[in-house]
Amino acid sequence: MRIAGKRISANRAKAWLALIPAVVVAFYFIWGFAAYTAYLSVTKSTFLPNHEFNGAANYRALFEDDRWWVAYSNMFIFGGLYLAGCIGLGVGLAILIDRLTGKEALFRTIYLYPMSLSLVVTGLAWQWILNPTIGIQKIVREAGVEDFKFNWLVSPDHAIYTIAFAAVWHGTGLIMILFLAGIKSTDPEIWKATRIDRIPAWRVYVSIILPQLRATLLTAVMLLGFQVVRSFDVVVALTNGGPGYASDVPARYVFEYFFQRGEIGQGAAGAVVMVATMIAIVLPYLYFEIRRREA
Amino acid sequence: MTRRGLQGALLYGALFACAIYFLAPLYVMIVASFKTLAEVRESSITALPTVWTVEPWIKAWSSACSGLECNGIRPYFLATFEIAIPAVSLAVAIGALNGYAMAKWRSRAADIIFALILIGSFVPLQLFLIPLAITLRELSIYGTSFGLVLIHTVYGIPLTTMLFRNFYVALPDELIRAATMDGAGFFKIFSSIVMPMSGPIAIVAVILVFSGIYNDFLFALTFGETGKRPIMAAVQNLVASSYGIKEHNVNIAAVMISALPTLLLFFATGRFFVRGLTQGALKG
Repeated sequence: MRIAGKRISANRAKAWLALIPAVVVAFYFIWGFAAYTAYLSVTKSTFLPNHEFNGAANYRALFEDDRWWVAYSNMFIFGGLYLAGCIGLGVGLAILIDRLTGKEALFRTIYLYPMSLSLVVTGLAWQWILNPTIGIQKIVREAGVEDFKFNWLVSPDHAIYTIAFAAVWHGTGLIMILFLAGIKSTDPEIWKATRIDRIPAWRVYVSIILPQLRATLLTAVMLLGFQVVRSFDVVVALTNGGPGYASDVPARYVFEYFFQRGEIGQGAAGAVVMVATMIAIVLPYLYFEIRRREA
Repeated sequence: MTRRGLQGALLYGALFACAIYFLAPLYVMIVASFKTLAEVRESSITALPTVWTVEPWIKAWSSACSGLECNGIRPYFLATFEIAIPAVSLAVAIGALNGYAMAKWRSRAADIIFALILIGSFVPLQLFLIPLAITLRELSIYGTSFGLVLIHTVYGIPLTTMLFRNFYVALPDELIRAATMDGAGFFKIFSSIVMPMSGPIAIVAVILVFSGIYNDFLFALTFGETGKRPIMAAVQNLVASSYGIKEHNVNIAAVMISALPTLLLFFATGRFFVRGLTQGALKG
């Protein structure tokens, strides 16, 4: 018994040895870095990190910056459209595919393949289609509607919508797959019972099946939500924040302040506000959902 | 038409309409990349080429200019693999070992580390950029491919650890206990019992991590080596920086080439890809 005990503790020690990379990643590369960036947001850092304390000055500068507010509110416009688009379309497609008796794999592949492409490729591809001088506007004009106008990509008021449009194209497939799996996992007996009562199929989905998929919805919202806060690639590739800074987002704003403007302190403040916003939205939602589930 | 027939027609109608939205960009890019420059500027983006030419692909691959460099996207394409292959191998190997240690040698502390990594994988990457720049400079690997290997290994570990841990949790504990009784140690059990059973999850991990690294833009842009930047930063730069006459056909061919590896991986490994995505998604 004692030998076994010794062996087990030797193995425990080895398990800790094996966990060294995880410990380094967790404490240094993730939380250490995040804490350091938070610290930089209250220092006088400009082109280089500078550890001289600066109070809330960076936050004040950030909140007085019109550009920041454009980027920050764009995050919500983009986020709202992105979530509504991906979830609306994804759920719709999942139901349609669930109704299919054949060809399921074909359609699933068509809707899902954009997921394998990068957001840079997504942005660049849509940039050509949405470009007024080569894309949709040109096609419709050549088809005879000469004064047709579709210039959202270069319009300060509408550019942010084109970003949502491209991002929905990229993200819908995953949501569809999640909901399709959810729908397939519900009890097939429902169909027998509702057929006897002659309840139309759409009602079964809306009133019986979808309400069972709250957990799937939670996953989808969290997943897409984090994607929104992070979104950088698709913005740079599609509009690069333009025209002007009309379609800028916080992730791009922060990047620019770090590396192009040499305002590390203010950039870090922006990054902290990004995280704070995320927490402010996610925590109440998680709390609410978990309490619901326990009830 | 019967009621059922009508419903079927509506169903397929809706599915086809959506299919157009999802296929349009791919179609447009494919046809444009095979047109001559004159035709791509004149014709509609939806029209098939009257003369098919592979010239844009060749030029995009080996001689398109971004700025003063006129080597096409080949050097960047190859550089991406030079970074991705070691980083994927390291992240998967380390993730497997960590996942095993966390799943089969559970302790409170290990659970806490796992939670920290899991929650940490939701932190926006922007928060890591400045400390990363400092760390890479200290290690004298700032702006080198080696630096990117380190970055991608480090930020690949949370995903691989999570995948392997969740996979190993399902393995019966008796297996480990019996092997311990027979005198096998921690690493021996891993290499001779656990590792041979890890095939399916290892494939999922490789596909996911590779796609993530290959498609990365933020780190590529920030820490890429001049002239050897990873592909997404390079292709974005190529499209954004061409002065004078924009050679749309060449640019589009370059985007197509950069999209091919993950696209082919998706079509070749569809089942694993989907499983990886859903598992990756459900980690929260």
